Amino acid sequence: MLAWTIYISFCAVFVLLLLPNRMVRTARSVALLSAIAAFAVTLAAFWQHRSGELQTITRVPWVASLGLEYHLAADGISLTLLLLTGIVAIAGVLFSWNITHRVSEFFAFYLALIGGVYGVFLSFDLLLLFIFYEIAIIPKYFLIAIWGSTRREYAAMKLALYSFIGSAMVLIGLIAAYVASGARTMDLSQLAQFPFTVHFQMWVFPLVFVGFAILAGMWPFHTWAPTGHVAAPTAASMLLAGVVMKLGAYGCLRVAMALFPRGLDAWGFHLLGFGSWRDVFALMAVIGIVYGALVALVQKDFKFVIGYSSVSHMGFVLLGLMTLQQIGIDGAVLQMFSHGILAGLLFAVVGRMVYDRTHTRELAQLQTMQLSKVLPFAAATFVIASMASIGLPGFSGFVAELQVLIGTWHAYPRFTLLAGLGIVIGIAYTWRVMQVVFFGEPATNQPANVAPLPPITMPERIGTTLLVATSVLIGLYPQLLLRIIVPALHSPLFDGLWKGSQQ
Amino acid sequence: MTWIVRNLWLIPALPALAAGLTALAKRHQRRYSAALAIGAMGLSFLLSLCAFSQVMLAITHGQPSRQVVNFPWFEFGNQWLKLGWMLDPLTAIMLVMVTFVGLLIFIYSTGYMAHDDNFTRFFCFLSLFAAAMLGVIIANSLLLLFMCWELVGLTSYLLIGFWYHKPSAAAAAKKAFITTRIGDLAFLVGMLWLFSQAGTLLFYDQGAGCLEHSALTAMVAHLTGIGMAASTGIALLIFAGAVGKSGQVPLHVWLPDAMEGPTPVSALIHAATMVAAGVFLVARVYPLMAAHSDAASALSATTALQVVTWIGAITAVFAALIAVAQNDIKRILAYSTVSQLGYMMMGLGVGGVAVGMFHLITHAFFKSLLFMGAGSVIHGCHEEQDIRRMGGLSKLMPVTFATYAVGMLALCGFPLFFSGFWSKDAILHAAMGWSISRIPFYLGSLGALLTAFYMTRQVYYVFFGTSRLASHHEATPAAHTAPPTPHESPSSMTFPLVLLASCAILLGAVGTPAWPWFDSFLSGEAPIFAFAGFLEHGILPVMLTSTLIVFLGLALGWWFYGRQPILSADLPDALEQLQPGIFRVLQNKFYVDELYEHTVIRWNSALATFSDWLDRWVWNGVVMTVSNLVLGLSWLARSTDTYLVNTSFDEGCNTVTTSGKLLARLQSGRTQSYLRLVGIAFAALVLVLIWSARS
Repeated sequence: MLAWTIYISFCAVFVLLLLPNRMVRTARSVALLSAIAAFAVTLAAFWQHRSGELQTITRVPWVASLGLEYHLAADGISLTLLLLTGIVAIAGVLFSWNITHRVSEFFAFYLALIGGVYGVFLSFDLLLLFIFYEIAIIPKYFLIAIWGSTRREYAAMKLALYSFIGSAMVLIGLIAAYVASGARTMDLSQLAQFPFTVHFQMWVFPLVFVGFAILAGMWPFHTWAPTGHVAAPTAASMLLAGVVMKLGAYGCLRVAMALFPRGLDAWGFHLLGFGSWRDVFALMAVIGIVYGALVALVQKDFKFVIGYSSVSHMGFVLLGLMTLQQIGIDGAVLQMFSHGILAGLLFAVVGRMVYDRTHTRELAQLQTMQLSKVLPFAAATFVIASMASIGLPGFSGFVAELQVLIGTWHAYPRFTLLAGLGIVIGIAYTWRVMQVVFFGEPATNQPANVAPLPPITMPERIGTTLLVATSVLIGLYPQLLLRIIVPALHSPLFDGLWKGSQQ
Repeated sequence: MTWIVRNLWLIPALPALAAGLTALAKRHQRRYSAALAIGAMGLSFLLSLCAFSQVMLAITHGQPSRQVVNFPWFEFGNQWLKLGWMLDPLTAIMLVMVTFVGLLIFIYSTGYMAHDDNFTRFFCFLSLFAAAMLGVIIANSLLLLFMCWELVGLTSYLLIGFWYHKPSAAAAAKKAFITTRIGDLAFLVGMLWLFSQAGTLLFYDQGAGCLEHSALTAMVAHLTGIGMAASTGIALLIFAGAVGKSGQVPLHVWLPDAMEGPTPVSALIHAATMVAAGVFLVARVYPLMAAHSDAASALSATTALQVVTWIGAITAVFAALIAVAQNDIKRILAYSTVSQLGYMMMGLGVGGVAVGMFHLITHAFFKSLLFMGAGSVIHGCHEEQDIRRMGGLSKLMPVTFATYAVGMLALCGFPLFFSGFWSKDAILHAAMGWSISRIPFYLGSLGALLTAFYMTRQVYYVFFGTSRLASHHEATPAAHTAPPTPHESPSSMTFPLVLLASCAILLGAVGTPAWPWFDSFLSGEAPIFAFAGFLEHGILPVMLTSTLIVFLGLALGWWFYGRQPILSADLPDALEQLQPGIFRVLQNKFYVDELYEHTVIRWNSALATFSDWLDRWVWNGVVMTVSNLVLGLSWLARSTDTYLVNTSFDEGCNTVTTSGKLLARLQSGRTQSYLRLVGIAFAALVLVLIWSARS
């Protein structure tokens, strides 16, 4: 049944492409309905899927001579991310309600991206996964290049190039694994059982991991993220930060770590204090946390602040993965979900509620606009979103980051302090933008006339409520998701990982 | 397990519910929102009384005085994470104090905030704050406590910044939140460490909790790399959280600035509840703080408790010194609060839970009384906060004056009749007998002297002499036509004052050396009444000393400020005339803010700028270099293509064309040319034939 998420999205793409350009209202409705339908399908599956273990959805031979299959399956991790995609997709459509330029095309690209994302999360054949992964890149390019703002061609190209370099690395790794196993299959679970030699894993693991981690915004391969987020239209930034970055993290866990767990073992020697790839990537993750927060602190563009905050928060995901502790990886998956929701919310405020009305994102200009009086709803939303984003208890970010930190405490006690430092700086930058943008002082030389801005519309309110409610729900009752995440991590797929971590 | 223990969660849940309902209310539903908040708080108060009597009953019947309820929350790695609440004497007494003081402050706020546009929002935040604070108190899990603790921090941010259109208020709110979060970071790290050591964050869990014997023994035995027991490290980290919240040196800077919030907020948050949360936290994890490696050294203080004592003692004097030179009525009280919190910490360090907590409770009553009195003064003087511009209010605001005087005497520790005397005395007595050093005792005594002095100064400035309000207002041209006269506040404001004042006097009775009810209640024993308590070792001398110190402080205050009435607001302070240099240092709060401004904040922003630079130039530079390289390569490729590949291709094409053209001439189809060629060929043939025939 879950396969319908992909089909619904792509069907909607064709319907939208057939629509004449002036049928704006229909285009929006089609997009919204398909997003809701896909989410409803996921929700129904979530309801039935009690245990969180792997369930095959479709499995038919595809290119029999090469052993490729059209194999869709889902476990707790995929389901969590599918839910995230569904929620962010609906919110994204709601926050794009004001798009007037080439509407049906916009939504067509948008839904193609969503369909590709659904495909990645559901594929259990590696080549299929790779193909969906590539499908997702192309609409991103057009969404930014056509509907974007600041330096959009540059950002779109940068994003596309980074993504393609990453996927090239992944492809090399996958082909190497295919050849090395000699099993004539690209099936994820079969390859995960295959005992690749340690030597082989030692060079393929970093290749595939970095290939995916580029998309997860790992330092120092993160620079596509802020530029891309800033240039993208609101819905696309929501998807980029909310879902696409999770594709990378998902690939790291599902492909790189599941296939080549021995790649995380110790090298047997120390180089610059690093004893394994795990140390290297954990350090990069921590640097990303602190570094992203620091850079966010001095930005002059509102959206860049949020863009860099994404880099910082995704650092927690990668750090959680590298702990190789049950609790750390649970936290990492939960953080993927949580950050997806919250980044979506933050970008919605910045891009839709503020930028589309004021037509500026310069902090210095926003400071004089007294937005807390003009747009009280936007101010309240941003306060809530930033509270959630800095990890206030009661929101999803807290339980996720807490688990990551506890895992880190076991694996790398010193990094916990650094990550904690990142949290404090996170508070500082969040507070800074909040204060400047919404509670700034009117310029003294200007008359204190407050230019009336268009009021917040109903779709925006609904979208905000959806995202905030999700974050609070998970923050108060994380078991809802952990119920399916924890068993998924105990499936045979990750056996190698746990065996490795006990050594 | 009784009904009240099972339903203890109702106590924080009721204000939370009220906050939620108020949040949905319309802006003009003022009466409804106030009624909701006060009603919920009143019910919580009744429930707290229930809980309190339950504990009392348990103690008199000799039953265990601590009861816990734990429930699973979510799967946390390989195990279930549990949260829970508990009812023990410490919880019970804090519940009653917070709900009672909170209720009075809510009632007071209806008068104080009556003219504010955002009345409903104010009550929403107040209720939310109360809910979070009550959550901190009943938590039986460090995690739950931490969560409520953070919520307390958030709501206090919202309340300090309530008048966010004032830039100073917005800045103060931000400062409060960030400063306390620095302490909270240490708290979080301590909590993570505790979890990795003990495997649980529940305080008490039938022998398996982290404050129970087995976990404590394990933590004491576990040594860290630098030879410190894990328990000490954890205790110090948690204490750092308390330092942030309770405004201890060096994280005290936010508390005085937080006075930008509405006065009821100052009374609720910065006197009675939130700042006390830090002290409460130390009291709650006291077993961890006091955990010893072996029974032999059980009499000497642990490292953690020594740190607590020293920080407390230093804060007590440091803040009292600053308070001497302040001119804002609320700032004086704020520094006084910091100083008194230092006393509580010192009390916990030298004398244990009961000593520190007794001062916490008495202080909560008289300090909220003082803050609300100050609010009444500010309200009466039309938002004037500078004590130099007040004066002569004793006749105009008699109720406020009387209650304020009670609060002031209680704070100074005026002998026998005021609660502050007994609680401060207990601390000094414990400090006297401390095994490590006597210096905290001397510091404490000096603090007491300063307290009496600055409070006398304040009272003389505010209530005696002639009113200097009018003269000030005439000086400013934009003032009202008639100089405003100060007036007494409405009864909704004075009624809580009277109630609190009586508490400030009566509460002392429960903790005298003769009837140490408070002490024995906290330790779960039945109290014994005996006058012989006074004759115990060292009690009477300490009482006499502190009495002398108080009188000395009051007399000094009178000498400087009471002998001659203060005539003008612009005259320099009496102390300033005597020692201008020192006075200025004190007035500028020892330049701590400036120090932080120039060190921590500057370093941080430098680092941030550096990172941004790195991102802009180095990483982006790398990207640009790579892309330029690629561009260069492609340029090279294009040149090769254009000039090498293409040219040769073109050349090749040209050659072909030329030769084609040449050949084409042969077949132009012109008969004349053909004939000409045939003719030439024929001639050539003839010539060749002739040539060959001759040879």
